[in-house]
Amino acid sequence: MHRFILAVLRRDLTLAARRRGDWLIAQFFFVMVASLFPLGVGPEPEMLARIGPGVLWVAATLASLLSLSRLFADDHHDGSLEHMVLSPEPTVLLVLGKSLAHWLIYCIPLLIIAPVLGIQFNLPWDAILVLEISLLLGTPILSLLGGVGAALTLGLRGGGVLLTLLILPLYVPALIFGAGAVDGVMAGTGAQAHLSLLGAFMVLSLMIAPWIAAAALRVSLE
Amino acid sequence: MTSDTLLLSVHNLACARGERTLFKAMNFSVGAGELLLVQGGNGQGKTSLLRLLTGLARPEEGEVRWRGQPIQKNREAFHAEMIYLGHANGVKDDLNPVENLRFAEGLQGRAFEEERAVAILRRLGLSRCLDLPCRVLSFGQRRRVALSALLLADAGLWILDEPLTGLDVHAVALMEGLIRDHLAAGGLCVATTHQALNLEGVKVQRLLVGNVAIPELV
Repeated sequence: MHRFILAVLRRDLTLAARRRGDWLIAQFFFVMVASLFPLGVGPEPEMLARIGPGVLWVAATLASLLSLSRLFADDHHDGSLEHMVLSPEPTVLLVLGKSLAHWLIYCIPLLIIAPVLGIQFNLPWDAILVLEISLLLGTPILSLLGGVGAALTLGLRGGGVLLTLLILPLYVPALIFGAGAVDGVMAGTGAQAHLSLLGAFMVLSLMIAPWIAAAALRVSLE
Repeated sequence: MTSDTLLLSVHNLACARGERTLFKAMNFSVGAGELLLVQGGNGQGKTSLLRLLTGLARPEEGEVRWRGQPIQKNREAFHAEMIYLGHANGVKDDLNPVENLRFAEGLQGRAFEEERAVAILRRLGLSRCLDLPCRVLSFGQRRRVALSALLLADAGLWILDEPLTGLDVHAVALMEGLIRDHLAAGGLCVATTHQALNLEGVKVQRLLVGNVAIPELV
């Protein structure tokens, strides 16, 4: 079972390494969106620190969405998805492996860039630390729920836009608790409650999302 | 594999695409060493039938059985013994042929034997392309990579959708030989093709899908 997930992981990581362009686009997008806000709302440090957590979380969400439409689409296009679904291993594990690969490839770099952008938004260090923790707990939710959306919109015309419309509302809890945790630590009320809820939501997505995505994938392939 | 129980059978199978019924009340069985050649015009439901046989699609009615068990209930055991080659090759453009086979084997949960894989690729005439990304290979060469995966898998049941598309005469002859060897070793094969196949000494069943008459091919 773990061998199958590892095989999926290794394959997706190798493919991502061969196509660094796609990978860089998502990271640049994150930096760009986050950098546009100071230009739009003005450079007052207090204002930036106030909107910073929300902006960074929204930017991270959009950046991870950018790559989601191709989570299954490339493999569907060249036929390898059918081969993977016809593997003796359960489709749930395939979805889990692919979501995990998406998280490692597209979300871990966001975690590395986020502190730099946090400094740009004049966030204090303890807020940046909580931002990191909230992204660490929250970004797996984006990959897992995104997998459901990617499976549902597989092979549809304009699937990318539809995916965004379907999935963004589901991201709302992650966004609220993630940005709320950072706001909390800056307001002095602490981040623990938000982070606990975020963690619970992540575990819930981990338990449910792969099953739904696997069922959606089978329907999409039929 | 115990060849006496190796049997793919279809019972009262019906398939519909949207409103249109492609076929219904279809019954047949394929035993060890037999080739089922699915024939029919374009759009008559050959690919749909093959996808039903693999379990990728669900039938409107009826069921497909492997070794007497419905494949939906016995999915893992069935897929461990079956390999499907569809219209798309399932070959990743960014990987070279050897890497493609490595991941294909890994995803099937089998250990990868590199020497054997390279030997198969050489046998299929890809010895000069072993370390080139599949992106730069021709259509026919990519098809050959997909066929190598077929040989490497060592599955009892082959389900091939137009396996000869894009292959040159040498590769077609090679493919005929491979199918003969596979059947002689007690395997089963279900294939669709529009091309003539030279399959002497092979037990061939023919199945016409749809109502368009097709001239004899074999």
